Amino acid sequence: MCDHRCFVYEIVKMSGSSNLVAMKKIVQQLRFEASINRVKVSQAAADLQQFCMQNALQDPLLTGVSSSTNPFRPQKVCSFL
Amino acid sequence: MIFSTKPEMATQEIQPNETLTNLKAESDTLKTKLEDERAKLHDVELHQVAEKVDGLGQFIMKTRRTLKGHGNKVLCMDWCKDKRRIVSSSQDGKVIVWDAFTTNKEHAVTMPCTWVMACAYAPSGCAVACGGLDNKCSVYPLSLDKNENLAAKKKSVAMHTNYLSACSFTNSDMQILTSSGDGTCALWDVESGQLLQSFHGHAADVLCLDLAPSETGNTFVSGGCDKKANVWDMRSGQCIQSFETHESDINSVRYYPSGDAFASGSDDATCRLYDLRADREVAIYSKESIIFGASSVDFSLSGRLLFGGYNDYTINVWDVLKGTRVSILFGHENRVSTLRLSPDGTAFCSGSWDHTLRIWA
Repeated sequence: MCDHRCFVYEIVKMSGSSNLVAMKKIVQQLRFEASINRVKVSQAAADLQQFCMQNALQDPLLTGVSSSTNPFRPQKVCSFL
Repeated sequence: MIFSTKPEMATQEIQPNETLTNLKAESDTLKTKLEDERAKLHDVELHQVAEKVDGLGQFIMKTRRTLKGHGNKVLCMDWCKDKRRIVSSSQDGKVIVWDAFTTNKEHAVTMPCTWVMACAYAPSGCAVACGGLDNKCSVYPLSLDKNENLAAKKKSVAMHTNYLSACSFTNSDMQILTSSGDGTCALWDVESGQLLQSFHGHAADVLCLDLAPSETGNTFVSGGCDKKANVWDMRSGQCIQSFETHESDINSVRYYPSGDAFASGSDDATCRLYDLRADREVAIYSKESIIFGASSVDFSLSGRLLFGGYNDYTINVWDVLKGTRVSILFGHENRVSTLRLSPDGTAFCSGSWDHTLRIWA
């Protein structure tokens, strides 16, 4: 990655009101974030696990895919008797 | 941000008691409340819940194709929905469309800038989008006629005030989502180039984004140099959730296939999993021996495996549930910069500063 400079966003204090407006936005955002409904990690983790288990058989990298269905794997050479 | 601790004069929009000091105090209280609420629900670790799950067997993946042709570092790649074409972009200023089965190059475009840091395939397969140091995202329709000059049909869609770090079509060819070094993300109409929505909230360069799987609704996640991962409502422009546990730049974010979680890769050498319903980090994928940043992450189709491309030239494969490393893949001769699973989940492609792309299966 090229040298990306991190922008440090400074509020130019020409007047106090711009600071105040910015701060008010922050507080409003925090109020919103604090109000969302959350579930327990045990519940969330169980759901993540269930999704994995339910979809495991449809995951070619877990089940392994034979050469005939995976176009990237080399074909086995057929030998004629 | 720098805040004065002196109370300021009230303005007409601000209530008399909403001085800077009061607002700062409320902000601190709310932040503590957020931490407490999240901590209350932290009753168990993901890997503990997953203890009874069978471990994964031996995991073998090899390089099946190597795509050579870029003259400099590969920075980004994306798959076409047809599961065989790939678009890649490079520091050499070129965007190449490959047939990954045959390794043939089907199209090549030379951009007016070097460091093309972002590229994406349109859902229809008929166009690609790209951009970088030119601060723009441009769309090139792909012609069936290989002799046609693609650059002539270029359409400039997005304009930022700093470099373009990532781009993605939404579920149609009509809209593009972009992220930029200017600290914002934006949603654009491709046909008119009109800005439909902008997303402000990161305090530094935004480096990556990922759209939620279409079933979960209109949200996307972004990661930035401010160490934050933000989840956004695409319609309102509002940041609906924010996560700040990484210790350095977040280079890559990717949704878990169910849409209920997302993974991130960071310069702090860890990948992490954040659950959206629990509103917290639920797993860290790290090892003492891994000290270089993770540049790019993606899940396998079931979400059980997390692939991470790292700056130490390797790809680490993690068991998402158990938190352990399943495999380490060697092959690239320089940093892995980009990594995506193929649309049908049978393979993944990695791009590197060694100028090549590799298909692993």
